[in-house]
Amino acid sequence: MTRFLDVRDLSVDFHTVTGTVHAVRNVSFYLDRGETLAILGESGSGKSVSSSAIMDLIDMPPGKITSGEIWFDGQDLLRMPASARREINGRRIAMIFQDPLSHLNPVYSVGWQIEEALTAHGADRATAKAEALRLVRRVGIPDPETSLQKYPHEFSGGQRQRLMIAMALALRPDLLIADEPTTALDVTVQAEVLALLKELQLETGMGVLIITHDLGVVAEIADRVAVMNGGAVVETGATHEVYRNPQHPYTARLIAAAPGKGEMHPEQPRREPVLSVRKVRKQFGQFTAVEDVSFDLMEGETLAIVGESGSGKSTVAKMLLRLEEPSGGQALWKGRDLFAMPPAELFKLRRDLQMVFQDPTQSLNPRMTVWQLITEAWVIHPEILPRDRWKARVAELLLQVGLKPEMASRYPHQFSGGQRQRIAIARALALEPKLIICDEAVSALDVSVQAQVIALLDDLRKRLGISYVFIAHDLPVVRDFADQVMVMQKGRVVELGPVAQVFDAPRAAYTQRLLAAGLDPDPDVQAERRKARLALA
Amino acid sequence: MTQIDVIPDEPKALIRFARMLWADKFALAAALFLCLIFVLALIGPWLLDAAAQKQNLRGRNAPPFDWERGWIWILGADALGRPLLARIVVASQNTMTVAAGAVLGSAVIGTVLGLVAGYAGKRTGLVIMRLADVIMSFPSLLLAVVVLYILGPSVLNLVVVLAITRIPVYLRTTRAEVMEIRERMFVQAAKVMGASSPRIIFRHILPVVLPTLMTIATLDFAFVMLAESALSFLGIGIQPPEITWGLMIAQGRQYLTTAWWLSFWPGLAIILTTLSLNLLSSWMRIALDPTQRWRLEMRASKNEVKP
Repeated sequence: MTRFLDVRDLSVDFHTVTGTVHAVRNVSFYLDRGETLAILGESGSGKSVSSSAIMDLIDMPPGKITSGEIWFDGQDLLRMPASARREINGRRIAMIFQDPLSHLNPVYSVGWQIEEALTAHGADRATAKAEALRLVRRVGIPDPETSLQKYPHEFSGGQRQRLMIAMALALRPDLLIADEPTTALDVTVQAEVLALLKELQLETGMGVLIITHDLGVVAEIADRVAVMNGGAVVETGATHEVYRNPQHPYTARLIAAAPGKGEMHPEQPRREPVLSVRKVRKQFGQFTAVEDVSFDLMEGETLAIVGESGSGKSTVAKMLLRLEEPSGGQALWKGRDLFAMPPAELFKLRRDLQMVFQDPTQSLNPRMTVWQLITEAWVIHPEILPRDRWKARVAELLLQVGLKPEMASRYPHQFSGGQRQRIAIARALALEPKLIICDEAVSALDVSVQAQVIALLDDLRKRLGISYVFIAHDLPVVRDFADQVMVMQKGRVVELGPVAQVFDAPRAAYTQRLLAAGLDPDPDVQAERRKARLALA
Repeated sequence: MTQIDVIPDEPKALIRFARMLWADKFALAAALFLCLIFVLALIGPWLLDAAAQKQNLRGRNAPPFDWERGWIWILGADALGRPLLARIVVASQNTMTVAAGAVLGSAVIGTVLGLVAGYAGKRTGLVIMRLADVIMSFPSLLLAVVVLYILGPSVLNLVVVLAITRIPVYLRTTRAEVMEIRERMFVQAAKVMGASSPRIIFRHILPVVLPTLMTIATLDFAFVMLAESALSFLGIGIQPPEITWGLMIAQGRQYLTTAWWLSFWPGLAIILTTLSLNLLSSWMRIALDPTQRWRLEMRASKNEVKP
């Protein structure tokens, strides 16, 4: 039987200076009309390369398709003249990307861009205009007439992704390839965009190929899933079946690593807090970014601050470290007000308060070796450690975060994302801090790496008694790790309580929405949630 | 504590760089050429000054490659019959002093001011930027004419004037880059650690800006050499009997149709020098960047494998 899309034995090599990389090896999968297939894999698994091959988006050279066939509706795409291929791309196969802003042209209005897609394939101006309006209305952009005149930067991230979808659907494609379409979006927006994709698929009967690293997205939208690891498909099957009964050890590991499954921390008795934050406020001109934030943090305790983008959670963190000057309020660190402290005293306190940033690629100076990065702490604060003990201590720190001492002479770019975050943690530990603020410290990491880094942080907490302020946009991540959870929305605290209470009996409506919007890796749980969400709406 | 020995010592930086230079043959040739120019500039006048100044009216505009006259005449002679080879060698000292002095001076001052303007508060930044605007709005040639007329033409004055007029180039570039880099995460991370402003500026920001500045400086080198010759041509730069390459080009201009070699050889010297500087700076950009360095190191190891 012929499939609608059938990829057989696809292999793609990349020729680099260091040798040939087999990015994709003998990958086969198929997709029928009206079906959703998810390609699940972590970074470097080859999932994006496989889908790029369908759209002819692989740069050749350095890339080279060494074997395989891609059958689309009875034709082999790889053995087709370039002009015929172009005719299929865009018209019959459309694609949406992770970051809509970089795929929308900033100097044209969105209306013009959607019309362009239509007229380029032969529609006249008037029909194109009417069709663009219909599409923008269909994907749920408020006030569609005026929105068509606006430019990409005037829309929010979720709206931009909707516009990308509108543009992709302009030519009524039979196949839509979505490459991490919701990764850059907030949870509640993510749920809406996925729901929109599902609806549109029911309407048009197109096949959807979704590429993702997120088990939750798979559970929410996919009928079948292909799990990729190291350039090969290790397992395919119905979503439900693969989740309940994974055949390959890698799949099992991936499912086990999904956050939000373990025991929650029990409520701790209240003791003397090391950090008390009272009525902190931050204004940027007329705009109030943070309003009236108060919390207490005890020694060895983890407070998670959860909120979507623009909720002010990062601003709170930056104010605690005086990277942003607060507009009002108090933060008492062992009885002394951080906000009223003169620079000299603040300098001494820098040792106690450290931060681990979201993206280790950016937070580590690319021109410094690991050795230089870690020892910088002692150059700045020479009283911590005499110079002759540096070597031993660097080795010890690297072992502590699960790296090898001989890695000290390497540069950050020679490490993977997870290893880089470990370096950043080692750097923070070099100052022997009492409190570490983690600003989305695991958001940029793969699920399995995420689990490892969180386990490392938790272990350090137990051994060294470090307190954490852990900022995240994703609720399941903090579930296994936090003692207290503070939920923020639009600069205000909407809920603050012990982790079990926030997750099991959320009081604020916003927390309930956030929990409902979160994607669970279990397809059954996810089906329940979909129902709950409909009830809430 | 066996772990102490596990962290390997950094390989000697000098050996490492030498190996990387060996890997890039163009850069190696450029470095050797620049060394040659440097040596000539140092000892050339002492060796050949007499030959370069001695007129020989029978050999006026003698063509190059005339083997009968002797090696010093190999590049021909100028309008007064002075051997061009000797003159180029002698002129290298003045040329290099003026160009290197002006480029170095403007680069250092411009960079420091740019770092301060980019990193310090708004007000300091504004003052420095307006200062740069004043320099830029004043025609540089006019400035040079006025200053050199008052102070009198000399190598030092020329260096100062040229340096001042080129400062804004470095200042503006540095400031723009600093404004971007200071917002990067690793600068924030250093701040959290308690790093002082000088440390952030020189340890974290400057190394990122440096490659751009080096590229500008090498391009500016040629510009300054030509500006110097323009000033000499106007009679307020270096004056004969002192010589520079730029001045030699200017002097050969009127004989271009009959004796091309008068301007050609000093011109070639300028081209080769700036070309070498460009090659070397692009090599250095790679060699100083840890994420790019492997390109050179790999080539070096490949060379070793070959017999």
